[in-house]
Amino acid sequence: MTKATAVPALQVTGIAKTFGGARALKGITFDVAAGEVHGLLGQNGCGKSTFVKVLAGFHAPDPGGAIAVFGRDLPLPMPPGAFRDFQMAFVHQHLGLVSSLTVLENMRVASITGPGLRVDWRAERRAALATFDRFGIALDLDARTGTLSQTDQALLAIMRASEDLRSADAGSGSRGLLILDEPTPFLPKEGVDRLFELVRQVAGHGDSVIFISHDIDEVREITDRATILRDGLVSSTLVTRNASHDEFVEGIIGRRVARSVTVAATTEQRKIKARVTGVQEAGLNVPMLEVAEGEILGLTGLLGSGYERVPYLMFGATRAQGGTLDLDGQKFDLPAMTPKLAISHRMALLPSDRPRASGVQGLSVGDNMLLLEFDDFMGRFGLNLRGMAQRSRDLSTQYEVRPNNPDLRLGQLSGGNAQKVLLAKWMIREPGLLMLDEPTQGVDVGTRQQIFGVIRQAAQKGAAVICASSDAEQLADLCTRVLIFSRGRIVTELAGHHISKDSIAEACYGHSTLDIA
Amino acid sequence: MDTPLLISPETPARRRLRLTNLAERFGLVVVWLVMIAVFGIALPGIFLTWTNFSIMFATQTPGAILALALIIPLTAGDYDLSVGATLTLSAVMIGVLNAVMGLPVGVAVLAALAGGVVVGLVNAFFIIYIRIPSLVVTLGTTSVITGLVQWMTNSSTIGGISPTLIDVVIRGRLFGISYAFYYVMLIALLIWLVFEFTPLGRRILFVGRGREVARLSGIDVSRVRVGCLVASAVLASVGGVVYAGLLGAADPFSGLNFLLPAFAAAYLGATAIIPGRFNPWGAVISVYFLSTGITGLTMLGIPLWVTSVFNGLALILAVTVSQFVRGREETDIG
Repeated sequence: MTKATAVPALQVTGIAKTFGGARALKGITFDVAAGEVHGLLGQNGCGKSTFVKVLAGFHAPDPGGAIAVFGRDLPLPMPPGAFRDFQMAFVHQHLGLVSSLTVLENMRVASITGPGLRVDWRAERRAALATFDRFGIALDLDARTGTLSQTDQALLAIMRASEDLRSADAGSGSRGLLILDEPTPFLPKEGVDRLFELVRQVAGHGDSVIFISHDIDEVREITDRATILRDGLVSSTLVTRNASHDEFVEGIIGRRVARSVTVAATTEQRKIKARVTGVQEAGLNVPMLEVAEGEILGLTGLLGSGYERVPYLMFGATRAQGGTLDLDGQKFDLPAMTPKLAISHRMALLPSDRPRASGVQGLSVGDNMLLLEFDDFMGRFGLNLRGMAQRSRDLSTQYEVRPNNPDLRLGQLSGGNAQKVLLAKWMIREPGLLMLDEPTQGVDVGTRQQIFGVIRQAAQKGAAVICASSDAEQLADLCTRVLIFSRGRIVTELAGHHISKDSIAEACYGHSTLDIA
Repeated sequence: MDTPLLISPETPARRRLRLTNLAERFGLVVVWLVMIAVFGIALPGIFLTWTNFSIMFATQTPGAILALALIIPLTAGDYDLSVGATLTLSAVMIGVLNAVMGLPVGVAVLAALAGGVVVGLVNAFFIIYIRIPSLVVTLGTTSVITGLVQWMTNSSTIGGISPTLIDVVIRGRLFGISYAFYYVMLIALLIWLVFEFTPLGRRILFVGRGREVARLSGIDVSRVRVGCLVASAVLASVGGVVYAGLLGAADPFSGLNFLLPAFAAAYLGATAIIPGRFNPWGAVISVYFLSTGITGLTMLGIPLWVTSVFNGLALILAVTVSQFVRGREETDIG
């Protein structure tokens, strides 16, 4: 390819972005050559998604930086929707397809919603078929999009985006920049291959592609070059062909890694509190998982690895296809598990979706806190409201909820205080098996330590704790053992002094589709 | 343990907050009293009479019972549009069983209430187990029941209902007000006690405001919803019994007219007494607030069509106000 002489498809110079006091991007500079597939990698919070949002016009960057697309400077901040005029198209993880509409309607939505009163469906059908032909992909135009496989939906979204590039720019050389924002985590291996085939064709037509992913092996397979972000800075730009897997990991984590030290056996002999066997779901396969009394077990992995589904299956929050749970020697069929049954056996689950699944924003702090306890306050003359108020005030004091006023609505508290309320709700049951999903998401640093304190105390009293989180630092702080998932399987187990933020991150990136398949 | 926030001395800011709170809770009552005063001045000697009010208290009872029936599934997050039709069905069943077939009135009343249970279960089956939106299901059952009622009555009013029923509903009086009014108070009291002072009431609230939260907290969400829909249908049937006693006859058509004012009252009531929540006292006060308005306007000689406009506007206005009272939290009903 003629990379050296051509105008780069994208030239990013010194782009920074500050949120409040936090600098998400500290001035990044890189370029994407015309006709190139360029990878963009990094851990959660490295600034990838902030950059994409700056490019799409969702965020205004700090003054001083510049972005040029095919030599044309972008007006910064970008007006919403203006990216189309600069020959850019985005495919986000959620694809932006309407699943109840047909393939044809989704494919041609731009021309349907555009100006003009009448839609010429015959012409639209011809245009869609021409696109399919160009990429050698056959989809049923009249099928409802929701009935397509995940893979076919992803292909449809990419073809549509590529078509948008073409129609946006009839005159100037018909080249564009396609940004694929993590399209692969939920696709099967075979689907990833088909998606890559399509990406190569798009690049073959002269367009450039930015491929954002967590998966090093995928990036190594599809990209020409890759830019790695770490803590808001470009840590390296690698020519993929010449770079090893370890160089990528080093760029992401920021240190040289030795690949063989990670696996460690659990040496401590503790009483097993819960054992799950035979979990077989779509995209999740856990033959066996144990957690002991007094243990804080972390579950983690990259996006799409399925680790966060385990607590919900154990609690009966989502119905399992199969498997059993052995809790204190009592056996339960997982498909028959319900939250009610789980609670009656002293299990607790604090979900990550605070406003929807964890607490009711519009009801009072006191009611949210005592939801599981109402029966205990039932006297001969109805609920003991005074006793409830006293109890929730005491609990607020104990869990340092501020302000200590149980009459406030939960939604009036800050995220951290709301989380303390909901943690208290479960802790007063003194759970034997405490499960948490992202317990400190959206929580300030001080509160985070308080929440950790509560969890540790529960473990010291003999509870088994399972904590699902994507935050390696949090897991390293909290856990006595960590299981790392990849593509629905447990691939690494870290314990004791082998646990660190870096070892967890490294284990997440160390395994891949290729290793397992 | 000390609770500084609650026993801190009364600051001007706190006093203002408490006053706003009071204004919010009792604003509707004040507006009602003002309205009564205005009509009293505009219609000297006719409006402010004991007869006028005792008639109003009695005749509005079916509507008040419907409003009370509605707030139960509304609190659990479901609509029940079929309460109007269920009321009619119940009244007509009493007419057919008692007046036409000659069965004892007690048996007829029990049959009418059983009919309510059946309607509630049918609604619940389609809403909860087939997962059709409650609005659609109860709109459908409304039409089905209305049709059945026309078939049962040949589309004509059935007279000759046992005087016993008339006695216990309207003719019997305590302090000059028909018994029917006290039935309404009794039902409101019962709902208030359950909503405020039992674990069940709190659970219903959680089911309505956060189904997923309720489910993950071990509440049997489906059972609560079924129970609420059956309760509303049975209460609507009680409304039918009262209506039959009120008229001494079973009218196959007019029962549906209670539906819209009852809805308006349920929503308007959610802006008073316990603002932000559907509550029985707010609903009852709203029923009488609306009927005071209509009675007064009618006495002023305003044409009949204004009634519909008044009720419709009241419904929309009530929902609008409840959007603003305590934020936008009242909307998660579906």
